[in-house]
Amino acid sequence: MQKQSVFHSRLLPYLLVAPQLAVVLIFFYWPAVQAVIQSFLLQDAFGLSTAFVWLDNYRDVLNQPDYFDAVVRTFVFSFLIALSSLSLALLLAVMADKPLRGSAVYRTLLIWPYAISPPVVGVLWVFMLNPSLGIIAHGLRAIGVDWNPLLDGNQAAALIILAAAWKQISYNFLFFLAGLQAIPSSVIEAAAIDGARPARRFWTIIVPLLSPTIFFLVVVNIVYAFFDTFGIIDTMTRGGPANATETLVYKVYEDGLLGGNLGGSAAQSVILMGIVIVLTAIQFRFVERKVNY
Amino acid sequence: MIERQKFGNLIPHVVLCIGVLIVAFPVYLAFVATTQDTATIANGQMSLLPGDHFLETFYRTLFIGSSGTTREPVFVMLFNSFVMAMLIAVGKIAISIISAYAVVYFRFRFRMTIFWLIFITLMLPVEVRIYPTYKIAADLHLLDSYAGLTLPLIASATATLLFRQFFMTVPDELLEASRIDGAGPFRFFKDTLLPLSRTNMAALFVILFILGWNQYLWPLLITTRDDMQTIQIGIRKMIVTSDALTEWPVVMATAVLAMLPPVFIVVVMQKLFVRGLVETEK
Repeated sequence: MQKQSVFHSRLLPYLLVAPQLAVVLIFFYWPAVQAVIQSFLLQDAFGLSTAFVWLDNYRDVLNQPDYFDAVVRTFVFSFLIALSSLSLALLLAVMADKPLRGSAVYRTLLIWPYAISPPVVGVLWVFMLNPSLGIIAHGLRAIGVDWNPLLDGNQAAALIILAAAWKQISYNFLFFLAGLQAIPSSVIEAAAIDGARPARRFWTIIVPLLSPTIFFLVVVNIVYAFFDTFGIIDTMTRGGPANATETLVYKVYEDGLLGGNLGGSAAQSVILMGIVIVLTAIQFRFVERKVNY
Repeated sequence: MIERQKFGNLIPHVVLCIGVLIVAFPVYLAFVATTQDTATIANGQMSLLPGDHFLETFYRTLFIGSSGTTREPVFVMLFNSFVMAMLIAVGKIAISIISAYAVVYFRFRFRMTIFWLIFITLMLPVEVRIYPTYKIAADLHLLDSYAGLTLPLIASATATLLFRQFFMTVPDELLEASRIDGAGPFRFFKDTLLPLSRTNMAALFVILFILGWNQYLWPLLITTRDDMQTIQIGIRKMIVTSDALTEWPVVMATAVLAMLPPVFIVVVMQKLFVRGLVETEK
């Protein structure tokens, strides 16, 4: 696509793109290229000599049992966060899509948590589920659950997943509601005249017509679970206990804090970049084409 | 409504109310915690109804600060967060709108190359390149400065794409008309395009402000001085690992203050917010 009539100027367009280009080159490409180069190099402990080691850093990273665990964990977290948040949000959106009195109020009351940042979400949930003073923790103990996420890795993971899914409800709700409102009511009425009951209409008409939205949200939720949960994890569990809540992004952060193996942490960054590129590519390819029937 | 339901709209109302409760309960609890004193909460005897320490807690939080590891009063953090969010939002909009203008309204060598260079950055969120970016920021002496906090987050392919898309829909006749009136590229941009983009800019601003306000990982690395902390960083430092030392009312007051500006924006400017969200995600 191009404009038919344009301005002619030799210098001006370059001046106009210069600020953005400068920021992009300095803060995106330069670090990305450095990470890629670094990931092929091995430095000795004193930083005195550097050797080119091909894919050794990658092999080391991928052979670490810790790293493999973090990969699996990140995917499990993403799956559970996406599943729980999407299903609850879809249920709420289907309800809010009905002609109800006060539906605008419900909408407002359901979307505002979008604005709460991940670290604050973490703090709110830690407060409710802190084993010694949290209100819900007391409730759990009262019904006989041995609740101690500070020691029990599975409970800590459940905590992260709950908090992360909670934060994402409003976002998913908003997009589901928009998707539902875009479905023409004539289609649904026609099915009703043919005798399809609500449940059947939902699975055979609404879900297929909603599939582009669902697909889009699945990708967005996975990206969210990969990257935006960092703040939640950092305020709630800091990756612990015993790495039970350490995702890939958290691992990059933590290994980097410890310092030392530059090549290894660069290799981790490059692998993450690869994952993001694949996810974004999937999103563009399919969201453009629309998953549809 | 297609068929008559037995209980009218009872079920949707009940489900939605439960949904609102799930969403609101943690925040309500945070608010209640700010109104009670530290010892009651630390003993695990918090009441579910507001107490009478509200003013005291907020005064302490804003002007004195927690006695934990950050001794900075929270209003300093609020100020830093505000400056950061504004710089990110305004900076992104400013540099994206002019580069989109160049890409759409001019022909020049490497036009598409430059467009793609910007476009690809969509795929490199700050999380995957933190340490190399940190090193560059350190080399450029940007640690503990507003420039360091904002510049690496300012380049935004989404905003550029959005403005490009919008400019493509502006009819060519407008450009021809203003040309006939003798307007150059500056005049046309200022008198025609900017006024037309006003709603888009506002919607984008709402989203970018919220995203900027909520930034976490990058400020965590780039700020070391207490007086440069944003509120998101400050709150984490207030949580001391041993429960007894954490001043929960102050922590919760900080949480409430941290969510207040973005939540206010979402509720008050809901139309712009929804529009911005849907457009930036497209």
